[in-house]
Amino acid sequence: MSDPLFEFLLRQGDNTLILGHRISEWCGIAPAVEEDIALANTALDLIGQTQMWLGLAAEVEGAGRSADDLAFHRDVWDFRNLLLVEQPNGDFGHTIMRQFLFDAFQVPHLTALHNASDDRIAGIAAKSLKEAQYHLERSRETVIALGDGTEESNRRMQAALDRLWPYAGEMFLRDGVDDAMHESGIAADPASLRATWDDTVQTTLGEAMLTIPDSDFAQQGGKSGKRHSEHLGHLLATMQFLPRSYPDARW
Amino acid sequence: MYAQMIKSEATADDPDKLKAFQARIDAGEKIEPKDWMPEGYRKTLIRQIGQHAHSEIVGQLPEGNWITRAPTLERKAILLAKVQDEAGHGLYLYCAAETLGVSRDEMTRMLLDGRMKYSSIFNYPTLTWADMGAVGWLVDGAAIMNQVPLQRTSYGPYARAMIRICKEESFHQRQGFDIMMKMANGTPAQRRMAQDALNRFWYPSLMMFGPSDKDSVHSTQSMRWRIKINTNDELRQKFVDQTVPQAEYLGLTVPDETLAWNEEKGGYDFAEPDWAEFYGVLKGNGPCNTDRIAARQKAWDDGTWVRDGLMAHAAKRKAAKAAAQ
Repeated sequence: MSDPLFEFLLRQGDNTLILGHRISEWCGIAPAVEEDIALANTALDLIGQTQMWLGLAAEVEGAGRSADDLAFHRDVWDFRNLLLVEQPNGDFGHTIMRQFLFDAFQVPHLTALHNASDDRIAGIAAKSLKEAQYHLERSRETVIALGDGTEESNRRMQAALDRLWPYAGEMFLRDGVDDAMHESGIAADPASLRATWDDTVQTTLGEAMLTIPDSDFAQQGGKSGKRHSEHLGHLLATMQFLPRSYPDARW
Repeated sequence: MYAQMIKSEATADDPDKLKAFQARIDAGEKIEPKDWMPEGYRKTLIRQIGQHAHSEIVGQLPEGNWITRAPTLERKAILLAKVQDEAGHGLYLYCAAETLGVSRDEMTRMLLDGRMKYSSIFNYPTLTWADMGAVGWLVDGAAIMNQVPLQRTSYGPYARAMIRICKEESFHQRQGFDIMMKMANGTPAQRRMAQDALNRFWYPSLMMFGPSDKDSVHSTQSMRWRIKINTNDELRQKFVDQTVPQAEYLGLTVPDETLAWNEEKGGYDFAEPDWAEFYGVLKGNGPCNTDRIAARQKAWDDGTWVRDGLMAHAAKRKAAKAAAQ
C-alpha cells in the first residue's frame, strides 16, 4: 500500500472532484433557475475543496505532481472516490438524494477531521465543513419537500433512494488506510460515524414520507480503487479530454 | 447586448398623461412598478427585459457545454462561478419583468413557443476551449457595451438589476480575455483554436448590437422612453474600437480585410456582418436554434414534477401552519 496519508487525501479530493463534476453536468438544465444557481454553487464549493485536498495530496506525495496532474492524469483504477458519487445524475430526484446521502456523511466526517492532529487537514476540514453544513441543509430540505410533495415526486424520490441505497454502506467501511488515519489522530473511524448518519437519514426520510430499504447490502470498491463502476471511465473521458489530448498545453 | 430588435409598442393612452410621463423621463426620474405608465412602455419593457433574461438562461448552455471539459480545476471553478452569475442575472431580470405584470412561467412559455426571443449569439456553437475565451471576451464585452448605459435606464427595477449585473460582467470579460491570452500565447494548436474562435465569433458578436439604425424602426420611441440609451451603430463602433487593439495585443487577426483606422472619425472602418444571416438566425435558422430550444424544453418538461412537488409541499406546510394557529 502506498502512503496511507496520500491515499486518504486522494479519497477526500476524489469524492469532491467526482461529485462536483457530476453536479456541474446540470448546468443550464435544472428544473428552475433557483436550482441552476444552487447546483452551480454546490459544484463550485466541491471543486474548491478538491483544489485544497488534491493540492495537499500532491504536496504529501512529494513527486512533483500538482492537484491538476492528480485530477486530469490518473485513470479509473487510481481514483479513490466512493461509488456513490460517481453514479450518474439520473433525474433531479436521484441527484438530490445522492447529495443528501453524501452530505449526511460529510458533515460528521468533516466535524471529526476538523480536530485532526495535522493542522493542514484540520484547516481544509474547517473550511469545507461550513460549506457541507449548508449543502446538507439544502439537500435535506429538498428531499423532504419532494418526498412529501405530490404522489409523483414521492414515487420518484423513493425510486432514487432504492437505487442509491446499496452505495451508502461504503462510506462506513473501514480498511487499512482508515486504521492508519485513526491511529495517527487524523480521522475518526468511519464506522463510528454511522450512528449520526443513521439519525439524520432516518429523521429526514421519515419527514419525507420515504421508506428506508430493508437491506444492508453495500457495494464496495470505490474508495479502495479496486472496482469502480463503469460510469467513472466515461466521466473521466470527458473531464480529462483536453489536458490529455494536448499534454504540452498550458491553460 | 442581450436584447435585439425590440419592437416598441404603439400606445393609445391619454395624451395629457403621456405628456406628463415623458416629462418625468426627461427630468431623469425613475419610473417605479406602481407608477402610471403607457401600455406601450410596459409591453416594450416586458419584451426587452424578458429577452434579456432568456438570454442569460439560454446563454448557460454554450458554456455548460465546456464546464465538464474545463482543462484545469481553476478554469472549471471560474466557469462555474460565471455560469452561476448568469443564472442569477436571469433571476433578477425575471423579477424585474414580473414587476410589470407578467409571470416567469408565462415568459418561459413564450420563450419555448417562440413568441419571445433570446440573443442571436447563443445560436452559435462552442466548439473548442478557445470559444470559452471568445465568449467572455467578445460576447460579454459586447453585452457590457449595452448594459453599462442601461444602468441609467428609466425603469427603476431594470436599472437596479443592471447595476448588479454590470459589476459581475466585467469579471466575465476579464476571464474570457485571460483564456484568450493563454491560448494565443500557447502551443501552435492553442493558437489555432484562438484564431478559429475569433473567426467564428467576430461577426456574430457585431450582430449582437442589432441592425444599423437607419434600418431600425424601433429605436426612436425606445430612446425617448430611455429604455434604449445609445443607437446600435454607436455601440457597435465603440465595441470595434475597443476590441481591435485587444486582438492586436493577442496577436490574432480580426477576420475583416477592410478593417482600417479612420483618423477623421477617430474610429475604425469595418465590414458589416451578413444581415441576411442575422435575420435567418432570428427566424430560427441558426446553427443551434433547434438544439437550444429543445434543451430548454426538456429542462422544463423534466423539471415539472420537481416544481409541482415543491409547490405541493409548500402548500401543505402553509396549511399545517394555519391549522396550528
